[in-house]
Amino acid sequence: MTRDILSDSAIDVLTLGIGGEIFAIEAADVREILDLVPITAVPGARSFVGGVVNVRGRIVPLADLRVQFGMAVTAPTPDTRIIVLELDLEGEPTPVGILADRVFEVTQIVPASLEAAPRIGIRWRPEFIRGIGMRGDDLLILPNLSQILH
Amino acid sequence: MSGGGDPAEIFRQEAAELLEQLEQALLDLGSRPDDRSLVDTAFRALHTIKGSGAMFGFDAVAAFVHDFETAFDRVRGGLAPCTPALVTAALQARDHIRALIEAPEQALPARGTELLAALRLAVDGADAAASSPQPAAAMEWQIRFHLGPEALVNGTNPLLMLDELRALGPVTVAALVDAVPTLDDMDPETCHLGWQVRLRSSCSRAAIEEVFIFVSDDAKIDISLVGDAPEPAAPPAPAPSAAVPVAAAPVQPVAERARGEGDIARVGGSLRVQAERLDALMDRVGELVIAHARLSQLATGGEAGLTAVAEEIGRLVAELRDTTMSIRMLPIGSLFSRFRRLLHDLSRDLGKPVELVTSGEETELDKTMIERLADPLVHLIRNAVDHGLEAPAVRLAAGKPEGGSIRLSARHAGAEVLVTVSDDGRGLDAERIRASAIEKGLIAADARLADHEIHQLLFQPGFSTAKEISAISGRGVGMDVVKRTVEQLRGSIEIATRPGRGTDVTLRLPLTLAIIEGLLVRVGDGCYAIPLSAVEECVELPPQEDGRSAGYSLLQIRGALVPFLRLRELMRCTTPPDPHQKVVIIAAGDQRLGLVVDQILGSHQTVIKSLSRLHADVKTFSGATILGDGSVALILDVAHLLEIGEEEGRRTRMRQAA
Repeated sequence: MTRDILSDSAIDVLTLGIGGEIFAIEAADVREILDLVPITAVPGARSFVGGVVNVRGRIVPLADLRVQFGMAVTAPTPDTRIIVLELDLEGEPTPVGILADRVFEVTQIVPASLEAAPRIGIRWRPEFIRGIGMRGDDLLILPNLSQILH
Repeated sequence: MSGGGDPAEIFRQEAAELLEQLEQALLDLGSRPDDRSLVDTAFRALHTIKGSGAMFGFDAVAAFVHDFETAFDRVRGGLAPCTPALVTAALQARDHIRALIEAPEQALPARGTELLAALRLAVDGADAAASSPQPAAAMEWQIRFHLGPEALVNGTNPLLMLDELRALGPVTVAALVDAVPTLDDMDPETCHLGWQVRLRSSCSRAAIEEVFIFVSDDAKIDISLVGDAPEPAAPPAPAPSAAVPVAAAPVQPVAERARGEGDIARVGGSLRVQAERLDALMDRVGELVIAHARLSQLATGGEAGLTAVAEEIGRLVAELRDTTMSIRMLPIGSLFSRFRRLLHDLSRDLGKPVELVTSGEETELDKTMIERLADPLVHLIRNAVDHGLEAPAVRLAAGKPEGGSIRLSARHAGAEVLVTVSDDGRGLDAERIRASAIEKGLIAADARLADHEIHQLLFQPGFSTAKEISAISGRGVGMDVVKRTVEQLRGSIEIATRPGRGTDVTLRLPLTLAIIEGLLVRVGDGCYAIPLSAVEECVELPPQEDGRSAGYSLLQIRGALVPFLRLRELMRCTTPPDPHQKVVIIAAGDQRLGLVVDQILGSHQTVIKSLSRLHADVKTFSGATILGDGSVALILDVAHLLEIGEEEGRRTRMRQAA
């Protein structure tokens, strides 16, 4: 797999705790952060987009990255949030919500400074990851959302 | 007019409308070749496309249209009659213009040259038989024109006019600068210049006036004959008093000019709005309907004043909803007119003279509905011409007129719109359909079916009675697709046929797609909406049936056996079922199916929202809606459930047979 060209200028990212890891989502894609609302299950849908939520009158699919990364799906806590993103999926801007166990902060990273996902020693599918970096002692994962939601 | 936007995109939109006009005018010319106003309409459309095309940088378009116009000009001048061959050639040239605009990389220049040659041949061929052109002697014309201060703002380009004059013959152009103010007083958007042109040409005065047909009323144009002496251009002389002011057509916005005569909208009282904005408006109104539902829930049994306000808001919301829905309504005539070209081409390809009769063009339908009806109607019309109408010789032998007729009509019936495609052909042959269905294994050889049941077989996937597949029908779009599309629009299809007299196919459609009445049911802990129009009745599941665990069973309802599906199984519910299961009987056409649910919650006015593309693979639901408490309920796709029911039924029968 070829790595997409990552920018060498700093971008704003929102860091999220999902399944014990820290993910960074480009702040430009984020529309809003919501407290947990009632989720309507969609029977028959693929397990990583098993539900929909009402975001002020819009029906937004809710994705659970934990399913795609093989993490344990745990019950929501008071810290659980829904991050509403607007992603370009197959050329169409699509609103998508993702579940996060907690939201940390908005920070800056330089995408070019990130490492590609190592092929060995990692249990995640490499195409799901645009890059991995360090933030203090923690691993920071920049996920490839269009691949994950494909 | 929509604000801003890409100028090239605006041109494409305008050109699409102009091409539509051109096509209609050409098709009308096919039946009324002597109508001068049609020739003028066609010519005006061409001329505007050329002008705007050059303005927006579509040079290939402008060049091709220019040559098209030149060929067509002889018709306009009355030098060549408008023959069917010319109409066909012109229609093809029109298609090429569209290709040049929409997909320039695919429009081959060779194709353009070929089409122009065909056009010229059509014009000259007719001309040779008609009249001998009179060669006119070259004369010296003097043209002085001031375009008026607003000309540039209105998009008039004087350079194009000068170029057009240049095309008529050798010219000498001088600018008239006497009206140009000093720099301080100059408004850069105002046209201060005038021009004096000396033209040596054998053309007529009309040909020169032609150049100025689109400049506005406040333009001053003098055209005069100086003499036939081939003198070199003299210094600008004042125009002789014999000058004739040209009757100029006022420049109108294209949107207004595009309107047909039968259009309901009053010119000047209407405006264009982007479709997306209407969709957004409808969304907001939908949210308002939902918010009001919550409000009235809170208000019931509360303070009297609050209840009164909630009721008042309810009335306003209902009115706002009706107004918004009416804004989205378009007359179906815009769709009908598209089929004239289709019929013209079909008639030519199949060698069957066909006449299209339309009625009820003013019938209004939701715009989304109109867009999605286009494909099914194309298929129904193709079928009617190809299979329905007999060959001319057969028709004559049967004592019918040689030319067939296809009728397209639309009318309102309650909250539905009926769109009918009728032909006066041979009618459906029930025996042949039956034989073909038996051969394909769709029905048993001894099956007893009523005529209307046999007709419904036409909509089965893979069904075709055509002995051989022609280029027109049988191109992969089957009647089953027509049926599927109509059902997605929550409509149904009816067929009526009279042997030897013709067939009517009627589409019954709801007025709008945006809001439906839904029956809300609970299955496990999920809420689902079933379109009320598909619900026939609700019954309790008899306890002896409830005991059975098979996924598919039959239920006796007043003597008839109705298959039923347990939605709890379909939705993979894990919660314990309610003790008294209910069955909602849904129907479309002749198919009936019971859906077993835990509880029936009641009816609910439902604003339909589509599911995201991430859920495009889930076929069980046609959309979603938001309930009074803000939660989401999925809307069951009735057509899909009926399909599952039928599939299950077939499997059960096979099991029983084995």
